[in-house]
Amino acid sequence: MNPIPEQPRPKDYKSDVKPVWCPGCGDFGVLNAITKALASLRLPPEQVALISGIGCSSRVPAYTSLYGFHGIHGRALAVGAGLKAARPDLNVLVAGGDGDGFSIGGNHFLHACRRNMNMTYIVMDNEVYGMTKGQASPTTAPDWTQSKLTPSGTLSRAFQPAAIALAAGATFIARAFSGKPNTLAQLIVLAMQHPGFAFIQVLSPCPTFRPEQKEWKNIVRPFPADELPTSDPALAALHCQRDDGMSTGVIYVEARPVWSRSEMEKTTIEDIEQEFRS
Amino acid sequence: MNSTSDSHALSIALVGSGGAGVVTAGNLLLEAARADGSFGLMRRSAGPQIRGGESAALLHFAAAPVECAGDYYQLVVAFDWLHAQRFVEEIPLTAASCVLHDPAGGDVPEPIARTGARLVPIEMHAPATEIGCGRANMIALGLVSAITGIKTETLTEMVNRSLSAKGESMVMGARACLERGAALGRSLDIDLPIPVDPDGADGRWMISGNEACGLGALKGGVRFVAGYPITPASEMLEWLAPRLAGTGGCLIQAEDELASVNMILGASYGGVPAMTVTSGPGLALMTEGIGLAVASETPIVVIDVMRGGPSTGIPTKSEQTDLNIALYGMHGEAPHVVVAPVSIADCAFTAQWAVNLAESLQTAVIVLSDQLLAQSRTVTHRPPDIDFITRRVTAQRRDEAYRRYALSGDEVSAMAIPGSAGLSYTADGLEHDERGTPSTGAEDHLRQLDKRSSKLTGFDYGDHWATVEGDGEVAVVTWGSCTAAVREAIRRAGAAGLPVRLIALRLLAPLRTKQLSQALAGVNRVLVVEQTFSRQFYHYLRSRFDLPGRTECLARPGPLPLSPGEIADCLLAGTAR
Repeated sequence: MNPIPEQPRPKDYKSDVKPVWCPGCGDFGVLNAITKALASLRLPPEQVALISGIGCSSRVPAYTSLYGFHGIHGRALAVGAGLKAARPDLNVLVAGGDGDGFSIGGNHFLHACRRNMNMTYIVMDNEVYGMTKGQASPTTAPDWTQSKLTPSGTLSRAFQPAAIALAAGATFIARAFSGKPNTLAQLIVLAMQHPGFAFIQVLSPCPTFRPEQKEWKNIVRPFPADELPTSDPALAALHCQRDDGMSTGVIYVEARPVWSRSEMEKTTIEDIEQEFRS
Repeated sequence: MNSTSDSHALSIALVGSGGAGVVTAGNLLLEAARADGSFGLMRRSAGPQIRGGESAALLHFAAAPVECAGDYYQLVVAFDWLHAQRFVEEIPLTAASCVLHDPAGGDVPEPIARTGARLVPIEMHAPATEIGCGRANMIALGLVSAITGIKTETLTEMVNRSLSAKGESMVMGARACLERGAALGRSLDIDLPIPVDPDGADGRWMISGNEACGLGALKGGVRFVAGYPITPASEMLEWLAPRLAGTGGCLIQAEDELASVNMILGASYGGVPAMTVTSGPGLALMTEGIGLAVASETPIVVIDVMRGGPSTGIPTKSEQTDLNIALYGMHGEAPHVVVAPVSIADCAFTAQWAVNLAESLQTAVIVLSDQLLAQSRTVTHRPPDIDFITRRVTAQRRDEAYRRYALSGDEVSAMAIPGSAGLSYTADGLEHDERGTPSTGAEDHLRQLDKRSSKLTGFDYGDHWATVEGDGEVAVVTWGSCTAAVREAIRRAGAAGLPVRLIALRLLAPLRTKQLSQALAGVNRVLVVEQTFSRQFYHYLRSRFDLPGRTECLARPGPLPLSPGEIADCLLAGTAR
């Protein structure tokens, strides 16, 4: 591979592996936005690790020239936390889908928010399980009856990622739309520059199992710029609760101490062995 | 070698409800005995309750390293008998035994009285209350010091040190109790001198299996640990946390075991040797992640401190019943390494070895410790230093495109570490080609399966695969914490004229069949000893290997450890139950 030129181009961050995604999949826009953001940050690809779980969107690491880890379903944030703790020098991006992040990985999401490690989490939310062929996800509306698995709908309220991230303690919360990759790229830059756990929920349509999401491009709109982003959790909560889930932009930014390793007095193996002697 | 017969050992049980200070007293006794020149072992028997449950400190002293319980206890000191019926069977007594008990602590349980042991009522709580700021456990300690000849000054010094943080009045109260107890002890006509070998007492170590595993991992180079609290493994995490931080590493208390195993995968992917520590239920949760370590060829060490199962089982007591899940727990075909320490001190070696195996083979290594090893504390010789030369093979930049999972004939392929320019790749749990690109092709699957298997079976594990001792036409094949009792049983069988070989496997998987065959050459009778109900080890051996001659199995689930006496009886009688 050639060294990154002075001003890297987004394509320097892409690999030659062809995505498995369907034509029209919103995840192409997210891949583009990630590579644009990294180019604008001028980060050498080897200094960035992209960690994912399982699902359509979790395939993203192999499509980049970054160090990638394509793990198991729901555990991407845990892998990312271990990597960041062991290698604080690396930029850690974690990416995946709504099922991976909010259902099977929901517990890790809560604890990643409260742990506030310096990493960025991008969830490509299409309100459906694509790879297993169209089942309801945690963010699916309760009245969606198009899955054979839940013909009467989900019978459960839809998961509210931003509100839950806020309650759990994330210090940077944003929502974006994959159809606007330049705006998303700017958000990813802000998220990566944010010291702490940055969460971006990206509305990323699934043309195969949720064709009605093609309409999203006509529905999404920015949050009112005069009120958001805020560092007031009550105001952020108000917007999260009032919103129909289709407003985009940075919602909440808080300056809170970032997770760091506990500092202890330096010791050696010889000192430790001494503890066992009489 | 490292065993003693009952005639040279002194076994003492301290009994009292949880929170009464039984373990504190036991630890002080062990430390004082070390200072006086004795070797020793302290096991713990406790219920799941933090306070108010039953607990016992089971101590064994000898003039040579002592690794297992004797068959009987010569002395029991009971502060009270609360819930003691739950574990009296763990304290076998004879008519020659002596039981000191505080009548205020309740009636002597019938199973103890029935043994014919000499029962000596003696107040412990009342004099402690009278002294104020004193506790019955210190009275008991004083009693034991007088009976065994452990120097009261030694104990006083230990008490000063261990209680100094609790304030002057606590120290003074404890010392007064010690002296009162010692005076009471001297008034009794009981003399059970502690066996000592004062040579080199200063260099002796006092260490638990949990601590030894932690130490071995640190020495092996582990600098990242993630774990979730679980009995009986939590103490290892607690021991590791400050020491990892002090040696440039890091420990995270994860939200669950799923996170623990995936966190260590992340850290190891980043180039830092990483480990998690758990017990049975946690291991069950981790199995998917362990499979990912195998598939993505990311080195990890998982220490499982086994306890009674299934499900929540008996969390505070020992068993060897996680063998099957450790060997076979992963879905798909996920060859990995399973090792087990053969003694408390060996926990240090085995954990260190495990790190080196994981790093050099780029796979998952499961270490099967158990509650008996982990929560017992031994006074023994310093564990030997082992220098391993094996290290993770890391990729260096070359002109051609980097292939993370290259099939170059050398099955361990060089691993790129994030940060290294020009070598980026995606580690994958999906089946993949040599570059790591996902593949569903039959040929890629077969070649990568073969790569992951061959690197383990073709590796030279040296002499560490087992501890092999003695000769004779009879052999005992065992593993883990059973080894100590087997060794003592073999010593007794030898004394009775039956030479028996000991083969204690340290490397459980991949099974070294060629070496096992050599170790069993000339054997016509094999006894397999294990602490399970369903004979997991026996069935595993027989599924992979033709044991020579007549084969028998002595197996029992927890919580009662197999005693040297019953193993020796089995060897000498020629039949297992």
